[in-house]
Amino acid sequence: MSSSIESLISREYQHGFVTEIEADTLPPGLSEEIVRAISGKKNEPPFMLEWRLKAYRRWLSMKEPHWPNVTYGPIDYQAVSYYSAPKTKKPLGSIDEVDPELLATYAKLGIPLNEQKMLAGVAVDAIFDSVSVGTTMREELSKHGIIFCSLGEAIREYPALVEKYLGSVVPYSDNFFAALNSAVFSDGSFVYVPKGVRCPIELSTYFRINSADTGQFERTLIIADEGAYVSYLEGCTAPKRSTNQLHAAVVELVALKGATVKYSTVQNWYAGDKEGRGGIYNFVTKRGKAAENAKISWTQVETGSAITWKYPSVILLGDNSVGEFYSVAVVNNHQQADTGTKMIHIGRNTKSTIVSKGISAGQGNNSYRGRVQVLPKATGARNYTQCDSMLVGNRCGAHTFPYIEVGNNSAIVEHEASTSKIGEDQIFYLKQRGLSAEQAVSMIVSGFCKEVFKELPMEFALEAQALLGITLEGSVG
Amino acid sequence: MSTSVVVGSPVESYVAPFDELVGDASAPAWVQSMRRAAFDRFTALGFPTTKNEDWHFTSVAPIADSEFVLLAAKTGDIKRDELAAFSFATGQTAAWYTMVFVNGRFAPELSDCAKLPNGVKLWDLASAWTKAPDVVDRIGKITSYDLNAFTALNTAFMHDGAVVQIAKETEVDRPIHLLFITDANAAKGVMHPRNLIVLGRHAKATVIESYVSTSEAVYFTNAVTEVSVAEGATLRHYKMQREAARSFHVGTIEASQAKDSHYVSFSLATGAALSRTNVYTTLGGEGAGATLNGLYMLGDDQHCDHQTQIVHAQPNCFSRELYKGVLDGRSHGVFNGKVYVHPIAQKTDGKQTNNTLLLSDTAQIDTKPQLEIFADDVKCTHGATVGQIDRTALFYLESRGISRPLARRLLTYAFAADVLETLEVDEIRQSLETATLERFV
Repeated sequence: MSSSIESLISREYQHGFVTEIEADTLPPGLSEEIVRAISGKKNEPPFMLEWRLKAYRRWLSMKEPHWPNVTYGPIDYQAVSYYSAPKTKKPLGSIDEVDPELLATYAKLGIPLNEQKMLAGVAVDAIFDSVSVGTTMREELSKHGIIFCSLGEAIREYPALVEKYLGSVVPYSDNFFAALNSAVFSDGSFVYVPKGVRCPIELSTYFRINSADTGQFERTLIIADEGAYVSYLEGCTAPKRSTNQLHAAVVELVALKGATVKYSTVQNWYAGDKEGRGGIYNFVTKRGKAAENAKISWTQVETGSAITWKYPSVILLGDNSVGEFYSVAVVNNHQQADTGTKMIHIGRNTKSTIVSKGISAGQGNNSYRGRVQVLPKATGARNYTQCDSMLVGNRCGAHTFPYIEVGNNSAIVEHEASTSKIGEDQIFYLKQRGLSAEQAVSMIVSGFCKEVFKELPMEFALEAQALLGITLEGSVG
Repeated sequence: MSTSVVVGSPVESYVAPFDELVGDASAPAWVQSMRRAAFDRFTALGFPTTKNEDWHFTSVAPIADSEFVLLAAKTGDIKRDELAAFSFATGQTAAWYTMVFVNGRFAPELSDCAKLPNGVKLWDLASAWTKAPDVVDRIGKITSYDLNAFTALNTAFMHDGAVVQIAKETEVDRPIHLLFITDANAAKGVMHPRNLIVLGRHAKATVIESYVSTSEAVYFTNAVTEVSVAEGATLRHYKMQREAARSFHVGTIEASQAKDSHYVSFSLATGAALSRTNVYTTLGGEGAGATLNGLYMLGDDQHCDHQTQIVHAQPNCFSRELYKGVLDGRSHGVFNGKVYVHPIAQKTDGKQTNNTLLLSDTAQIDTKPQLEIFADDVKCTHGATVGQIDRTALFYLESRGISRPLARRLLTYAFAADVLETLEVDEIRQSLETATLERFV
């Protein structure tokens, strides 16, 4: 393949600007004092502080895991600053009071934080470094009884809900990075949709890491009460830095009886330069718990980060619950991704679908790692898994590590995987129809990913397609 | 010089027999030093735990916690007529070239390998050290014990086994049967058969490696077979693991393949309480191909683990893999298949499939088909399915007047049939077809 495919991917990272904003940053390092300071700065009730401290102590006894198929140098957890907030003079009353420079940053990102976006019908909660800056559309949502705010605010305003559900899906002891996050998480989004309510608009959060040497540890908690429906979108970017930044987030989804939660991510953290310097370490724990007749659906488009390591999972606890995972992961240059899902079938007649598309270019390495587990009592469980990989160039790698563990004979589990390259003849055909090699690759790749993109909400689908094009630029030609 | 290990650790019971074995210097010096190094490696590694990713689903605690006696001297009391049950012979074809090992030691009086055609040579390992030094010097070079404690243990204690050499351009007219049989004398014993199969250029042969028992004894077989397939040669290598029901079996087969060679492996596992079979091959020359098939049929509390690895190290090679499992009772099956494609191995064509049929609601399967690909111009697929007997098919057969138990047997047989069809030795295929029909009554 060719030199013709070899040079189609290398536009510069578009979101790599730094915003000069005075930030209130805690000194680097992690200790009980820092945990207390974070909790103090956020005026949290005592139960939160206690929970953070328990998590911190647990974290001290845990070891950083090294089983994923990724390589990176040691992380110095004492060199990271665990809290960074844009400095503001007083609590914000409305979005107009937000620092105009911040808003300009969002404009550059194309984040629709203002009125125009309201017309587009998207409610955005933007997380800048660690603190939620402002939430749009809140009034409209509150009419339906929907709570959509930053987690920090929810801890203060709705402590009962938070106390009940925080850590109920991903306990603080779950894994090394989840424990770290539980100890120091700074902010994140909180959504509660009451019984029987269908959230009328797509909810959206935009995460951005701005300050140097800060880690971002956001935590998202979404609760859909019985029979409720919510669709949530998450986007991520970070400025260019020559050092690696750590991002260890936790997302918990709770779908009660008959509820549906749809969670879509477009992850475009800074991936490092062509030599693999810098970039975000994206170590994320995402998990949902589905009660009877509930449905949880994860859709993700992973194009950024130097290292991605995440497994959005579903615990199919209730009978007839449904879990879905649709993923596109693209790696270029020196990016590494180890991503996939876990579907744990506990209830009867539970169903799960996994569609994973991996694209490797440059010297990137892409691994799919998934676990489908059918416990002995999960009668009638059904899983279908499809994971396809595409290789562009001959210095990249694609790996598949599916684990299938079945303990019930009425379960039907299917797994299919394939690996292939973009055919020279396909490119030739498209070029012969007047498309450039780059357009041809882009078209073939979007066709390859179509099954996943169709799961994304409209505006995200367009963005995802564009991002994919940018990530793969220069990898062919 | 004796080896020091932590007192009370599971490897401790192997120290004294080892010191005794290396004290007897009948093997050449290089073998002695290899045994010594392997034993040091074994004590350093210890038995694997389930924290080791390669042993995640299989606990070898029952092996590690038992004390087995090394079956060094000749034991056993097997009569020639007892072999018939395991020989696959139908009486219609000429007898196979057979080497019989009783409780781990070569039994020439039971073997049929005196008259061999030109180009075919068989030795027992103990005499091959001196009789065929240029053949056995491959031992330890095809498989490595660096990361595998059981292979290290085998290498430390390697003492007997079969050495098969097929000269270049020789096509062997009949299968060669390596029959490892145990009787009641093997109780609480451990044996470490070490085999070597070497095929010259364009040679063609079928080798059957059987592990069977006439008793219900508890014993531990820890076998290693190394295989070298030269340019253009074809080896059909069938392993039949039908050990006693309460025994333990760990076996590693590793093949090294040259240009245009074809290695066909079949692994049957129906015996042993706990068994683990590794089948590894490296496609080390262009145009080589590997076919790795297998069938495991388990019941009661049996645990059976298969790990396969196909390394595509050169371009234009193909690999085909089909493993099928039928699990009944509270049995536990494990399948882990790795396909590894090196950066230079362009035009690789790989296909891997694992299908498991669960007959009872207490049986369990853990399957992990793995692909690791570093070349871009490749076609690799894998698939895995787990399911039960199709109810509509069952209903259909019942509606035709076939009783439910028979219908289930027929459908189980049909499930296994396509992997059995790949067996190119008629006697074995027929024997296994019958066994499949009768296994789950």
